Amino acid sequence: MPALLQISDLAVRYGPVRAVDGVSLQVPAGPFGLGLVGESGSGKSTIGRAVLRLAPAAGGCIRFDGTDVGSLRGAALKAYRRDVQIVFQDPDNSLNPRMRIGASIAEALRTHQIVPRRGEASRTGELLAEAGLESAFAQRYPHQLSGGQRQRVAIARALSVQPRLLVLDEPTSALDVRTQAHILELIARLRTERQLSYLLITHNFGVVSELCEQIAVLYLGKITEIGPTDALLRSPAHPYTRALRSAVPEVEVAGRRSRVVLPGDPPDAANPPYGCVFHPRCPLAVTRCRTEPPVLRSLGPGHQVACHRAEDMLAGLQMPTRR
Amino acid sequence: MSAGPAEGGRPPDTARLAISDLKISLGHREVVSITDLRLDHAEIVGLAGESGSGKSMTTLAILGLAHTIGASVTGSIMLDGRELTGLTPQALREIRGRRIAAIFQSPSTAFSPVHRVGTVMTKALRLHGSARSEAADRAAQAMRQVMLSPDLMRRYPSQLSGGQLQRVAIALALALRAEVLLADEPTSALDVTVQAEVLDLLRDLRDSDGMSVLFISHDIAVVAELCDRVAVMRQGLIVEQGPASRVLSSPANLYTAELLESVPKLPSRG
Repeated sequence: MPALLQISDLAVRYGPVRAVDGVSLQVPAGPFGLGLVGESGSGKSTIGRAVLRLAPAAGGCIRFDGTDVGSLRGAALKAYRRDVQIVFQDPDNSLNPRMRIGASIAEALRTHQIVPRRGEASRTGELLAEAGLESAFAQRYPHQLSGGQRQRVAIARALSVQPRLLVLDEPTSALDVRTQAHILELIARLRTERQLSYLLITHNFGVVSELCEQIAVLYLGKITEIGPTDALLRSPAHPYTRALRSAVPEVEVAGRRSRVVLPGDPPDAANPPYGCVFHPRCPLAVTRCRTEPPVLRSLGPGHQVACHRAEDMLAGLQMPTRR
Repeated sequence: MSAGPAEGGRPPDTARLAISDLKISLGHREVVSITDLRLDHAEIVGLAGESGSGKSMTTLAILGLAHTIGASVTGSIMLDGRELTGLTPQALREIRGRRIAAIFQSPSTAFSPVHRVGTVMTKALRLHGSARSEAADRAAQAMRQVMLSPDLMRRYPSQLSGGQLQRVAIALALALRAEVLLADEPTSALDVTVQAEVLDLLRDLRDSDGMSVLFISHDIAVVAELCDRVAVMRQGLIVEQGPASRVLSSPANLYTAELLESVPKLPSRG
């Protein structure tokens, strides 16, 4: 059985910048979550946009249900645009400020002829309820809602057309911690109820750890490590994964670890370093890292890493830390 | 001038910044009421709360800027024993920037996009009384202190990353020899790795320069990492405050517990 979404050797360029540089990923039929984690400029959002055909692929292939997404035209493209939906960080970008919430959702229902017109109001009410909002919200405007409520509406609207794949692009980064927890709970519930598959894009490991089976860590447009969530977080094989993980603030004193120090800022994507793109910031870099780009190789079931020093990492090699 | 480090029982007069019976109102609506909040020498106090809790309004009141958004302020805000409320605008301007500095969530809005960051820094220093040559030296030295090359002062804000720009904002506070830094969500727009660097920097400034930091954030996990003491704010009131280790490990208030519960948990390293 082919994967629901199959990304092969995807490349996206913005002028001289290789925003995505040879990324391959698979998402099976749901329920399944794939987390894309990385800093600004890692290419994680661009991958999500390329899946929606919002960013042009310069190379490689994206297949949905076995069909090349780039070749879709007419009715097939419209069907694809129903099957795949996106939820953005800032719901203000996806909700028309001049439309009542109910009208925004009904518009999506109508475009894809999901229910007959007379059924729109009741269906809108059901969708709002599913997203944890009272049906009275249909009469309100976006500015009358809190950020968390608006994000619930954006999720309800995305679900209204019965998508098979969701792209969740930093869905909680603009929200308070308590609201974030509620939205994450909502995603967890919907995932089971609707058998959803999704790409969850974030810079925070805390957000993906409970919602994703698999995590791909990206740096400068390339996958540095990909694997089952638990294996990747418990024994990261890439120094960058360990550094990112150690930067996540934690409340429990016992859970707090000393932070791995990454010197310097992310390099210029238009002019990436030779060899391993991570080597200028890597405390473990050796001569080989400066000359030979590491290829993504298998470490265990579903666990791949692009690092010359992965075995040393797994054997317990320490990295310089603070505190 | 400075009250020096407070030891032991911390009598109220040794606080660097002491807020008492502070009430902030918008029209007839009281939006903030703080009975007691203090910041000692070389201490980082976290003010944690969600959007609308009044934490940013409190920042504005301390800066003497609450009136700019139409709010009125009563009560007492003391800096090293000197009352700030009721000071003339001129007297406040002397204090704001030089003794109390502030950094905000979006450093890009704190810098004029048409000026080089070095120009902004030296101009601020000269406004607060530095000679031209001295201003450039102090700015360069402060840049090194936040681990940035002074060469970056020749760049425009758009040519710096968010993390670099936030460090420039902190460098400016340092160059002005500010004793109190109000940091209002300074890392909320940054990547976790860059956030971690800014938190390290604030810790260093506390330890090496004796800077006092009021760290305002909706993210209680960040507050837990950084702060010596924590005050939790909700709907304009401080619902709980105390040493970070106590508040975070055994919260006395239900709301604090709920905030802590909301932080996503990571599996521990195997």
